[in-house]
Formats: sequence, C-alpha cells, structure tokens
Amino acid sequence: MMKKETTILAIETSCDETAAAVIQNGDTILSNVIASQMESHKRFGGVVPEIASRHHVEQITVTIEEAMAQAEVTFADLDAMAVTEGPGLVGALLVGVNAAKAIAFAHNLPLIPVHHIAGHVYANHLIEPLTFPLISLVVSGGHTELIYMKEHGHFALIGETRDDAVGEAYDKVARTIGLPYPGGPQIDKLAQTGEASIDFPRAWLEDNSYDFSFSGLKSAVINTLHNAKQKEVEIAPEVIAASFQEAVCDVLVTKTMRALKEYNVNKLVVAGGVAANSGLRQALKQAAADAEVSLTIPPLALCTDNAAMIGSAAHILFLQEKFADDRLNGVPGLSLTENV
Amino acid sequence: MTKILAIDTSTYVMGVALTEGEQLEAEIVTNKKENHSVRLMPAIRSLMDQAGWKPEHLDAIAVAQGPGSYTGVRIGVTTAKSMAWALDIPIIGVSSLEILAQNGVYHNGLVMPFFDARRGQVFTGLYRSENGRMMQVKEDRIVLLEEWLQEVSALEENVLALGPEEDKHREALAAGLGSLLTIPAARDHAARPSALAAAALYQQDKTEVHAFVPEYLRLAEAEAKWREQQMERQQNGR
Ligand SMILES: [Zn+2]
Repeated sequence: MMKKETTILAIETSCDETAAAVIQNGDTILSNVIASQMESHKRFGGVVPEIASRHHVEQITVTIEEAMAQAEVTFADLDAMAVTEGPGLVGALLVGVNAAKAIAFAHNLPLIPVHHIAGHVYANHLIEPLTFPLISLVVSGGHTELIYMKEHGHFALIGETRDDAVGEAYDKVARTIGLPYPGGPQIDKLAQTGEASIDFPRAWLEDNSYDFSFSGLKSAVINTLHNAKQKEVEIAPEVIAASFQEAVCDVLVTKTMRALKEYNVNKLVVAGGVAANSGLRQALKQAAADAEVSLTIPPLALCTDNAAMIGSAAHILFLQEKFADDRLNGVPGLSLTENV
Repeated sequence: MTKILAIDTSTYVMGVALTEGEQLEAEIVTNKKENHSVRLMPAIRSLMDQAGWKPEHLDAIAVAQGPGSYTGVRIGVTTAKSMAWALDIPIIGVSSLEILAQNGVYHNGLVMPFFDARRGQVFTGLYRSENGRMMQVKEDRIVLLEEWLQEVSALEENVLALGPEEDKHREALAAGLGSLLTIPAARDHAARPSALAAAALYQQDKTEVHAFVPEYLRLAEAEAKWREQQMERQQNGR
C-alpha cells in the first residue's frame, strides 16, 4: 500500500534555543535549525527568562523560514504545525506557541502541542525506530526522569528528581570550582584528566525508589572544597570533577539498570542535554552491554534542545489526531502524562 | 482598498479589529485580566469568520508595538509577525500609547496616554490632535509620574489623561496637573484597535518582518544591571 508522506513543521522555544525543523513521517529530518542564545546568557551565568523571551521574538520567523528553505518545502507541502507546549520558561514557550498558532491559522494547518520531554525521548526515533516496551532515562538541566513506555505516545513516569536536576547540579558544581557557564561540558572535559579518588555520597533513597536526589552531592562537593581551603590543602579541580561525575553516573546507571530488570525491558533510550556527557555515555554503554540491553543515545546535536525531536514526537500525535484549538497556551509545568 | 487586521495586547485590554481603508469592518475590545495567549487567536478567528474574510484576503497586519506589559506586547507582536511572514504581507507597528491617545482625537489641547510601569513610573508620551490624527508633542518614555507631571504642567495647556489604570493614579494626576486636567469617562481609557488600524494606514516607516520587535522602552533588569557593572568596571580601569 502506498503511504502518503506526512510533513510537519515544528517549533521549539522552551528555554534558550529558538529552533525550527521540518520532519517527514516522524523519522526523517528534512531540516533542523537552531538559533542559540548561549552567548548572550553566558554574561549572566545562566539563562535569564526575560532576555530569552526577547531573543525568541527576534529570531522566531527567520529561524522558521530557514528551516523551510533548507527542507525545500512550501506551506502547501505541510500537513501540520507542531510546537512545544511545555514544560519550560513561560515567556519563552509563549513565543513559540503564538507563532505556531498564527502560522497554523494563516495556512489552515492542524496544530499539534508536544511535551518537551516526549520530544527528547523521540530524538531517539530519528536515529532508530523506537521499539516497545522501553525505558527512557531523561537527563537535562531541568529534568532527571525515568520513563516507561509500553507503546508510542504512552509515558509512565517511574522516577524523577526530588531536588536538583542533574544538569543543574553540574552547573552549580562547575560554578563552585570556578568553571564558566554552561558548566556541564566543562566538568565532563576536566573529569577525563582526573582520578575519581574522593568518595562523594550517593543518594539511593528508599530501597524500591527510582527517584533521584542531587542536592546532597552538590553540598558535599562544596563542603569538601571549603574544608580543604580551611586546612590549606589543595585539591585539584580535575579530581573534584572526576569524583563528582563518577558519583552522578553511578546513581543514574544503577537505577536505570534496576528499572530495566524489574520492568523486564531490554530497550533503553537516553534523552536530554546531559546525554551528551561522555562519562555517562561510556558508563551506560558498558552497563547495557553487560546486561545485554539494546541502547540508543542520540548524537550530541539531537541531545540538546532542538525542534526535530518535537516534529518526531508530533508525528504519532498527528496520526492520533491529537490537535489543539486556538486557545493553546504555553504551560511551564506541563506534566508528561497529561499530554498523552 | 487595504484590508488590515489590527492586534493590540499591550495592556490587559485586548483589542482586535478588521478595517478596509478608513472603514471599520469588525472590532472586539475586552477588558478582562485573562491571558492574551488564550484569548487572542479565538478573537481573531471569530472576527474573520463574522466578516467573511480569509487569511489570504489580508493586505497588512497592524500591531501595538509597545510599550506595555512585556509578555502582552510579545504575544501581540509574535502573533502579528508570524502571521505577516506566513502570508507574505507587511507588518506595521504603532506605539501602544499613540493608539490610546487616539481616544482624545476631539480634545482641544494635549493628550497624555499612560500605562502604569510600577515603582512610581509610567510609560507615557504627549500628543496633540491635528486634522484627525495624533501628532507627537513629547516622545514615548518611561518616567517617574511625579517628575513627568511637573514637565507637562509647565506647558500650561489643557491635558486629557488616558490610562487603563487611571483610577490608581487619580490623586497624583490631580495634584500634578490641577485645573489643567481632564479625565474622560471610564470606557475611554481602553484603546481601540480600529484606531491602531487607522494609524497604520499613515505609517511610513515599514520594518522588514524578520527585524520587527517590540518597543519595550526599558532594558530587561538583568541586562541593565550588567551594563551598569560594565560601566563601573571601565571607570575603575581608568
Ligand atoms: Zn530540553
């Protein structure tokens, strides 16, 4: 049977990247354009919401135009318009949502709201078709979650962070040892050269819990540095970085592998900006190989925020006709299970 | 004749209008403290349906460009900009204050539109009606209300004060302007989007759609602080 191609234009503006992409059939990237604001926010040591919103308005139409030009599509080629509904910074989300509504109205396209985390998970679908059931480990500056999926579009949250997201912990520790923003990649780099000789605490929480906690680890790093300073002992930053990274990876990998075993799942997909961390990638590859679990980690460009992943997640919602009306709003605290 | 869709979400008064040349086709103004993001697109679709217009009939989109609520202005500008780009038609920005000033088009004297900007400040400017159009006497700014009223009263002319939150500032206005002050009926403090469309007809300055951004008239707080620090650093370096 001949199947018509489905072409979706997707927009993502939940944080500090203005992104647009054109995706065919949920698995083929025709274009994936990202206008990063990183340079602008660097001055402040983190993302400033009002400034992010202002940049999004500056970049929104030129980014979308570029995505359509690179994909060589016109409005007549599009089947739907997709946009990140949440979670994220409300002012930032509103720019994408209102742009998407305006374009959908102008060209009479169905409008598909997408959950940002669902997008991160579906970044894997652009690499290799998702197979079910699967467990997804989502790790980013705003999220640390274990998700169980029994089929397309179904998300069951089995564990999440109770305090800091893992990326947040990286940024805070990076600041403590005087590394520039964004700290995650810097720590990762530094950790390659150091020995993990400090035994930082791992928060395992209750025996059966898949939740995470990183605030204690972050405090332990700060205390260790503080005590060393008082005793006038020098600790090399690469030793701190390596020890911190090992503690983080240990908890993430152990809990993820336990979830795979207990849910009797042999497919693991990793998602989110911290999936770009080489220490974590290495540890997961090793653990997955040992447990004979099939592992997908997107290439670096698809780990961080992008619109291609939103277009991929939107495809299944398109088939299910899960469309939004004109009242669609940006929802900063949108929960994953409400969206499906 | 030029068919214009006009959008104003710069304060909590939301306005959408359709005009053809000088003619008003349809208009909606609501004065509710409810999210513009939720209400704007339904209002646009409903007006377009009632007028029997299709998006491709539009010749231009006019939008209140600010100042006003940052988020409010951004919702209007993003919607207008994206739609204008998608339809390949011009976007025309008009000062949110000028649109409100239009409510004083038959006032003999000065017209002072203003929006509350917190901490004793207002977004404001000064206008005068000339042949049915509002001409700027003093440019839009953010200023302490008290200082501004001194400057305005020094002109010794009748002043029509227009502001959606006028009631909050009535005492200060009376104290600052005395017998020069005129305050109209409550309904005249809400800007009319048809006035935006009318002003857009005369707007000469056409910005390229991608470059179109709000006129916030104020830096983001973090940006202002950062620039201050840079200045200090430079001075200390000397
Ligand atoms: Zn993300």
